[in-house]
Amino acid sequence: MQPANLFPLIVVLVAIAFALGYARSRALAAPLGGIRNLKSLPFYYAARAAMWCGLPALVVLACWLGFEGKVIQTLVVGGLPPELQPDSAGKASLVLSQISNVASGALSADFVPPAVAEAATRLTELRQSSQLLMTLLVVAIAVLGGFLAWLRIAPHINAREKFETTLRRIFFACAAVAILTTVGIVFSVIFETIRFFGKVPITEFLFGSSWSPQTAIRADQVGAEGAFGMIPLFVGTLLISVIAMVVAVPVGLLSAIYLSEYASKRMRGIVKPLLEMLAGVPTVVYGFFAALTVAPFISDLAKVLGLEASAESALAAGLVMGIMIIPFVSSLSDDVINAVPQSLRDGSLALGATQSETMKKVIFPAALPGIMGGILLAVSRAIGETMIVVMAAGLAANLTANPLDAVTTVTVQIVTLLVGDQEFDSAKTLAAFALGMMLFIVTLALNIIALHVVRKYREQYD
Amino acid sequence: MTKPISQTPSGSQAERVRQSLKRRYRKEMRFRAYGIAAIAVALFALVVLFADIIGKGYTGFLKTTVTLEVTFDSELMYLDDPTDAVALRNADYLAPLMAALKRQLPEVSGRQQERALKGLLSSYAASDLRDAVEADPSVMGTTRKMTFLASDDVDVFVKHRGDTSYSIKLSEQQQQWTLSLLERSVIETSFNDVFFSHGDSREPGNAGVLGAMVGSLLTMMVTLFLSFPIGVAAAIYLEEFAPQNRFTDFIEVNINNLAAVPSIIFGLLGLAIFINLFGMPRSVPVVGGLVLMLMTLPTIIISSRAAIKSVPPSIREAAEGIGASKMQVVLHHVLPLALPGMLTGSIIGMAQALGETAPLLLIGMVAFIVDVPSGFFDSATVLPVQIFLWAGSPELGFIERASAAIMVLLAFLISMNALAIWLRKRLERRW
Repeated sequence: MQPANLFPLIVVLVAIAFALGYARSRALAAPLGGIRNLKSLPFYYAARAAMWCGLPALVVLACWLGFEGKVIQTLVVGGLPPELQPDSAGKASLVLSQISNVASGALSADFVPPAVAEAATRLTELRQSSQLLMTLLVVAIAVLGGFLAWLRIAPHINAREKFETTLRRIFFACAAVAILTTVGIVFSVIFETIRFFGKVPITEFLFGSSWSPQTAIRADQVGAEGAFGMIPLFVGTLLISVIAMVVAVPVGLLSAIYLSEYASKRMRGIVKPLLEMLAGVPTVVYGFFAALTVAPFISDLAKVLGLEASAESALAAGLVMGIMIIPFVSSLSDDVINAVPQSLRDGSLALGATQSETMKKVIFPAALPGIMGGILLAVSRAIGETMIVVMAAGLAANLTANPLDAVTTVTVQIVTLLVGDQEFDSAKTLAAFALGMMLFIVTLALNIIALHVVRKYREQYD
Repeated sequence: MTKPISQTPSGSQAERVRQSLKRRYRKEMRFRAYGIAAIAVALFALVVLFADIIGKGYTGFLKTTVTLEVTFDSELMYLDDPTDAVALRNADYLAPLMAALKRQLPEVSGRQQERALKGLLSSYAASDLRDAVEADPSVMGTTRKMTFLASDDVDVFVKHRGDTSYSIKLSEQQQQWTLSLLERSVIETSFNDVFFSHGDSREPGNAGVLGAMVGSLLTMMVTLFLSFPIGVAAAIYLEEFAPQNRFTDFIEVNINNLAAVPSIIFGLLGLAIFINLFGMPRSVPVVGGLVLMLMTLPTIIISSRAAIKSVPPSIREAAEGIGASKMQVVLHHVLPLALPGMLTGSIIGMAQALGETAPLLLIGMVAFIVDVPSGFFDSATVLPVQIFLWAGSPELGFIERASAAIMVLLAFLISMNALAIWLRKRLERRW
């Protein structure tokens, strides 16, 4: 049975377990003189039975789905004759895709060696038997679990307490998903990064000034070496982020100040949601806008001014990224400005300062740490932003500070290196993970500093 | 400039202030003007963005069609037995189309002109004809009025005629033919139903967003069914049950940091864990949904916690007072009251996930997929990725479809956000 159908089946089984559990607890209570002689309400006995029925089955189902693919792959590849056994990870994936293409009918069995065709039949068989086995196992576990829990319904058992304890553990497990995610991120980048540093020295990666990720097909090829120096990527990322912040910080900050100090309630009610709309626009839309409207406009404008601009300039990507970040800066600064106590404002105004003087000399200094925290968060966003730069910034790793030149960024390179077919051993693919690791470390550091600054500042006035 | 105090004997302070007032008020006005200018810049950017998308994309909702009287002549088509599959495959479907076109434009003669004439019709016209014969063999020998898609060059020309900024690929002669057919309403533009009923295609005229929309829907279903329960459960644990210890702090730090981790990192996680470690297939909605689930989880947890916090302690105390257990207090009283806030937060998280592109690129949802996916384990793409793919194409027809797809995506996002706002207004209680 398809897993998508198996799931509703489990739901039905759980409902049955609940109903049976409810009926049994009532039946047990009847000779004792009603449900008040049970330790818990019938609902809890029933819920416990339902839990026993559903939980183990779902866990088994999830594990099965998680490991099924890998196990079947190993079995199929293991069943190949020795002369076809792949000797590298790249070949293994080639053979596997051939086998699965034959199995799905995309490739005719006549075009491949008979052993591969055989493996394809085996793959189909294994898939079918795996699905059958999974269905049987999951249903058996659900029924068995439900039955055992149903058997154990007894008036003296405090089902509520047991039910609540289990539920609390489930809640805890859900909260722990956050930790698992972080661990997953760290593990997914760290191993590949270590392997990458086995191929390319870490000093070259960190301090090298040229980036051209290539792996040689032949040893005597031109540029066979490939260069993995991340300085140009880092500079490109920085350049675009700086342009973005030059746009976003003044506009975001000034509009936040105006909205919180000067604007009427009505204007606030209209302008704030409109600004928030900018935050809700997906990044791919900004990318589209940057690549197809802003970039041509800038290169035309530069031509008119007698400057030379590349078609994919850092300026276009940076400007549009700045627009994207405006609402982010403005809403964070708005929060911070509003958190400054009214008494400071009143005191300054009572001394005869104008509103702008109050703002500049009293509120802004008080809010500065919070605003800095907000700006750091915005910078980390700009560094990690992907779609705008993928679509509007180029691939050329130029080491330049000229905003009209094409530059490339860390995120662009991660995407280019990993989209499409890849083999999992080349330095090229591994480089993407190393870049991902750098990106993670940098943004993490910025976030931790920013959150620390914001929190520390907030506590001052609370 | 203010004078030194010693030179103004009496009322010096007041005088000085009075003299500086004008300057200070000017400064005040300037400061206000900066604020207004900043807001104007932001709103201008918003307007330009939307105007640009709509201006580029409204034509994507239109299609150009050619309506022809086609004679299903078995001799012309080399098709004697329309029920025979082999004959059906080998028949010539172009000939009746050309004949019908020539009837409209009798001046066409010669091989070269005929080839130019062929360029007016979409390359799918012939297969449309074959489908018609296959569906109903009795059409053979009759003359039917049929509507075909025009070729993409004709499509672009018709939509932007009179606008010289578009590079028109049609030859002078083809343009004249097109104009004359337009005059006689043989070529018409109408609502682009193909766009909403087809998957991706190599030809802009035949490409639609249905495949991407279904892919998005499947992906979002996985995301929602996982992230909402897990997020709410995590929020309940952290707000109500978590002991004050290092481990709880660690969880909280983790959640706050994950909320700010760049989305592409989640793509790396999906690639390394779900695809390489677990061997899950590439470009399927399940993996996409799992990755987006991990990405939206922090948002949902944070907003759910805020919703739980806003339930006043008096409710809890009252429930505890009549003997409810901690879990009963939470499940029977706190949760129902916090649910509207949780829903609002989740809808906003879902809207974020719906617009997300970068992590899905890494798990292979960029493949060119023509078929509309029918299950969670089918290869699929999603709306934002479809936009990305079309936007990168050099053909004008795809660019306008990318804009149109953006409008569809924005319509979904705006309605989701409107739903969230409505829910908040409708269900939220102030204590």
